[in-house]
Amino acid sequence: MPLLEIKNLKKTFGGLVAVNDISLTVEKGEIMGLIGPNGSGKTTTFNCIMNVFPITSGDIIFQGQSIKGAKTYNICRQGIGRTFQIVKPLARLSVLDNVTAAAFCRVNTIKEARSEAERILEFCELDKEKEKLAKSLPIGGRKRLEIARALATKPSLLLLDETAAGLNPSEADAAIELIKNIRNSGISILIIEHIMKVIMTISDRIHVINFGQTITEGTPREVADNQEVIKAYLGDQSC
Amino acid sequence: MKKNRWMIIFGALSLLFPLMVPSSYYLHLMIIALMWVIIGSSWNLLAGYTGQVSFGHCIFFGVGAYTSGILATKLHISAWWGLLFAGPAAMLVALFVGWVCFRLRGPYFALATLAGGEIIRLIATNWESLTGGMVGILIFQTFKSKLPYYYVVLALACLCIYLIKVIMKSKWGYYFVSIREDQDAAETLGINTLLYKNISLLISAFFTGTAGAFYMNYMAFIDPQVVFSLHYISVMAILVSIVGGVATIWGSAVGAFVMVGIQEMFRSSFFGLAPKWVSQAHALVFGLLVIFVIMFLTNGIVGDWAKIKRYVFRMPR
Repeated sequence: MPLLEIKNLKKTFGGLVAVNDISLTVEKGEIMGLIGPNGSGKTTTFNCIMNVFPITSGDIIFQGQSIKGAKTYNICRQGIGRTFQIVKPLARLSVLDNVTAAAFCRVNTIKEARSEAERILEFCELDKEKEKLAKSLPIGGRKRLEIARALATKPSLLLLDETAAGLNPSEADAAIELIKNIRNSGISILIIEHIMKVIMTISDRIHVINFGQTITEGTPREVADNQEVIKAYLGDQSC
Repeated sequence: MKKNRWMIIFGALSLLFPLMVPSSYYLHLMIIALMWVIIGSSWNLLAGYTGQVSFGHCIFFGVGAYTSGILATKLHISAWWGLLFAGPAAMLVALFVGWVCFRLRGPYFALATLAGGEIIRLIATNWESLTGGMVGILIFQTFKSKLPYYYVVLALACLCIYLIKVIMKSKWGYYFVSIREDQDAAETLGINTLLYKNISLLISAFFTGTAGAFYMNYMAFIDPQVVFSLHYISVMAILVSIVGGVATIWGSAVGAFVMVGIQEMFRSSFFGLAPKWVSQAHALVFGLLVIFVIMFLTNGIVGDWAKIKRYVFRMPR
């Protein structure tokens, strides 16, 4: 049984069809990449999974149960963590408080939440910044904070939305390391990414979409050689 | 440890105040200020900490006051029972207010609560069989001396601040500020934002309602114009917290004394030393003060205390 199964997902905003009949699965322990040009419906898919808005049709099955229509906070409690493409730090709280707030999802006392938060900050290499205000972090730190916060909710599945965007090459390498470590700790990952180096290196499988529809799915190698994918990213080679 | 020493000093001073300053006039000012400590702190819990800016806190104050008054006029029991029942009554009303208003965010929530305050004022004015309408409710004052009232409101204020402090250091406190900073992010962290917004509202309403019941007992007279007042109650609660410092534990306490002090200084034309027209100027001064705070001291007196020390006391950075 796959960990996550998206079945014929369709999402329309009035007349605009943002996601059109997308089906994909994420198996336990794997890193599934989701790629496509800008505006292809990737983040909308994430928003559908988390029920940020109701889906038009289709179903989303997590650990064998449909989570269609469930409240976002319940979906988190069931085990799906999520980062945002445009980071949403709890700006006026410290880095430690950001993650402590998230840790309360699983524990009840301040002591436990704080110690769990410190453990995760160390894992994400943010422990030196733990007293700093979240808004004072540069983009690289904010992206890592997004991940740390999601990890504090102890997810089985982590939805990463462009966590490497805006990072310089060495920061991107560190991000790859972190994502690998997360997978090795037993968390499955569905990752949206534009930076090819990142997505090709860490994904077990990749699902490619464009204009809200599936183009193809396969291993990184298969996807890189696929004509449709090349056309979608680079345009028609009619010159 | 230094903080504890200050707490003990202030605690002793506040207990001994009426004995040191036996003036009925100053005791009245202290009582009113302490009442605003309660209302301001509870507004701050909802608005400063949870980010839901209410312009309708008069709803809970008035409900509390009328609960106390109606117990006396309709059920013929002592209005002091209001101190016990006003909080729960205000919470019931708050449940309804939350059900309606939390569908909205930010300025729209503020407008909805403002409208709510006006609506309940009109209801109280017109439901004459229950509230006495414009005539208001008049009861006998239990005590001739102001002393018992002072200690009651002092105890209520201490309880209020203590409870808010405890709450803010708990899981609830973290959840409240998370909702304030980013409600959508908070949802994805497993926080039931609607539930916790309501919890914050209920606690806030409880204390404000209790303050209203105290007001009924102390002033012995209420009417819809006063207790359901946008200007005198709802907006004053906001001013007290802004000037003192939103999202701080002691901000509303400091703000309460500052605002009541300023209000009285102007109402009395600087205790009779200034020309008569000065007594009309308090609203103007409030407005200027808020503008000043918003521009230069956004975190209020308590929040920006370090900044104040630097500029006023010329202390080094």
